[in-house]
Amino acid sequence: MTTLRKIFLRREAGIAVMIVLFCLAVGAVKPQFLTLDQLRIILLLTPLVMIGAMGQMLVIVARHVDLSIGSMLGVSAMVSGMLYRYDATWFGVDMPWWGGIPISIVVGALLGLGNGLLITLFRLPAIIVTLGTLSLYRGLTFIISNAKQIDRQWIPSELKGLAQTSPIMGIPWIIFIAFGVALATYFFAMHTRVGRQIFALGSNPVAAPLRGIKVNQVTLLVFAISGALSGLAGILYASRWGFVNPSNTGSGFEFQVIAAVVIGGASINGGVGTVLGTVLGVLLLGCVSAALPLLGIPGTSQAAIYGAVILIALVIDRSVRQQGIASLKRARA
Amino acid sequence: MTDTAVAPLISARGIGKTFATVDVLRDVDLDLLPGEIHALLGENGAGKSTFAKILAGVHRPTRGSIALNGKPVEVTSPVVAQKLGITLIHQEPISFPDLSVAENLVIGAAEDGWFSRVPWAEMTREANRLMDLLGVRIDVTRPMRGLSIADQQMVEIARALASNSRLIIMDEPTAPLTPREVETLFAIARKLRDEGRTIVFISHRLEEVRALCDRVTIFRDGNKIATDTIGNLSDADIIRLMIGRPVKEYMHKTGATIGEVALEVEGLTLPGVFSDISFSVRKGEIVGLGGLVGAGRTDVAKAIFGVTPAASGTVSINGKRVSITDPSQAIALGLAFVPEDRAVAGIFRTLSVEQNISVAVPKQLAPGGFIRRAVERAMGEDAVRKLSIRLASLRQPIGELSGGNQQKAILARWLLTDPGVLILDEPTRGIDIGVKAEFYSIIGELAAQGRAILLISSELPELLALCDRVLVMSEGRLTADIPRSRATQEAVMRAAVPRRSTTEGAAA
Repeated sequence: MTTLRKIFLRREAGIAVMIVLFCLAVGAVKPQFLTLDQLRIILLLTPLVMIGAMGQMLVIVARHVDLSIGSMLGVSAMVSGMLYRYDATWFGVDMPWWGGIPISIVVGALLGLGNGLLITLFRLPAIIVTLGTLSLYRGLTFIISNAKQIDRQWIPSELKGLAQTSPIMGIPWIIFIAFGVALATYFFAMHTRVGRQIFALGSNPVAAPLRGIKVNQVTLLVFAISGALSGLAGILYASRWGFVNPSNTGSGFEFQVIAAVVIGGASINGGVGTVLGTVLGVLLLGCVSAALPLLGIPGTSQAAIYGAVILIALVIDRSVRQQGIASLKRARA
Repeated sequence: MTDTAVAPLISARGIGKTFATVDVLRDVDLDLLPGEIHALLGENGAGKSTFAKILAGVHRPTRGSIALNGKPVEVTSPVVAQKLGITLIHQEPISFPDLSVAENLVIGAAEDGWFSRVPWAEMTREANRLMDLLGVRIDVTRPMRGLSIADQQMVEIARALASNSRLIIMDEPTAPLTPREVETLFAIARKLRDEGRTIVFISHRLEEVRALCDRVTIFRDGNKIATDTIGNLSDADIIRLMIGRPVKEYMHKTGATIGEVALEVEGLTLPGVFSDISFSVRKGEIVGLGGLVGAGRTDVAKAIFGVTPAASGTVSINGKRVSITDPSQAIALGLAFVPEDRAVAGIFRTLSVEQNISVAVPKQLAPGGFIRRAVERAMGEDAVRKLSIRLASLRQPIGELSGGNQQKAILARWLLTDPGVLILDEPTRGIDIGVKAEFYSIIGELAAQGRAILLISSELPELLALCDRVLVMSEGRLTADIPRSRATQEAVMRAAVPRRSTTEGAAA
């Protein structure tokens, strides 16, 4: 156990080491990278991805994948944005500024449930279903908004304040929300029965029904959670950027989120994934995003470098892990 | 146990099972008593595992009824079985490798409340208690992945105790275990029996059955043949009961002229798998390789063919010593190996029949790298005619053909390379009787053409009818080399069934 535990520790420690090394390397060239102010910039880049990554981690642990999260983010942000713009009433009163939060979460959860139903009812692979809904849900955003952006003036200032005002130490609310979601996910994954069943299902899908795990229900729940968290990320997008755009909002989100989850150590083969690893994966990507403009890398090459960094991180992680397994085998022999 | 000891725990009545149209189990009546270890014995495919799986809810019986403590029950799934107190322990246990041992004991049906908390501390304490009860030392907080098979079996037994199972079925549990692990398993099985639980023990090994079991039930061809106290039956009785079907005269072995030695194997050894295997096959000769599943027959074939080469020993082809470390070398030397599991090792399911056949000879098919469609079609048509493969079209995906016709197509593929030595591993498994008969005459013809044939088969009548000689393996050793004239089911089975101190010709 101790040796195995060491490997798992090393696995997350490995990502932490990568973050430190990366920051030191960038700091050596641009000392201003290693300042508190920069930390704040990095942290501000991460909350949406972190929230999405928590849902995606559960999906990947269950041996599925959810490509539609960016579009679910877009639809749910747009629904709330439209309600703000048309001054909707809410149970007889004007919609409060925070009304978009539950609405976006519910919209996201329903869209996620739609993914889950297609996957469980028709036994379709998640990658195909969510590729379809990636396009379908994006299209919905255009239809309901008539392809028009929700501009700054419609987003309540209190909502925008979540990304600017801080309860403590100058750290804005949305960062606390993101870490709160991570904590809740940790509790859910490690300390509830259904949370453990997600790991069991991904670890051995054949054995799961034989042990009485309700595979379809667990799968539906996982996709609904992924949708609900995309919805939360959607309303926080409106808070952070102050607008909702039918084509930009959430597009490319799935790339960042899946990259973060995989760098964080979740196995595409299911059964393996931790909240801590995922948080570190998100932070590593945040550091890279913050460093690229600072290093004066032109916008045209940023996407390529971003992708290359992700692949390098995966290669380093994989070879470190294989060495770990090899050393374990040697220890046994 | 007190006076209830006479009332059976399980009463199975008239249990039958039909897969597709094949009866694999017919009208089985069996009582299992509390506090006994009951062995199920039989050849491969005799129905003992099917019966065990019906008790455990893996299969639903087509006919018949099961009563538990006198009350009729429907065992509709493994989950229901677990709730009724019936646990099946698979040879290779089914588990969740990424979860901890303790979690593996409890996860699933027994839990309620999706969002209720996982009581980690209590779970670990309970798991440790069960491990102590079994007297095994496994860290219950470590993940299942990486546990030895023996330890995984222990976890499964612990799971049976956790759900307080009264019937624990072990399906060939000892095959992957070391002797010491077997001893541990037996000690635990006896302890569970003494607590009044019922153990069903499926094994091929007579000496283990004798050492452990109280009663034994023998299956043959889907029928229950006998149930008796183990002390009432000699080894010879058991073997006779296991094989006692009439030998069907399938075959007319055509008079092939037997020539030079084509394949010679000497002292072939792969530690832990097989050791000191020596034999030869002559041109025009069909040599059978019999024995029980797991005796190492396929491993020997794979070693000869270079799939997993032996650690020591020599192989000679046509009198020349050769070293084969890769199948492509074997093919170049005129060897062909038609593997047992065609679905895994033989066919390209989604490709057409003609592509599946012609893939063996890339140079003839595609000189210069471009496939000649006409050549491909000609090869396919030739094979269909020679082996009478039944299909709708040569362009049909091979996966759509029946098992027997797939097997013919695979054989056709290998025949394209014109092999001098042909190794067939269970060529007729899972194919219909009619197609089997065709296969037998094809094999006879191939021998008559002067090819050396090594035929691995678990079907005794097949070996006896087709082969000029029958070699028998048992637990990685060659235990007999029986010429056709003296080959009987008893002789083969006696050499195949592992017994401690196996000496040739002992027991009768």
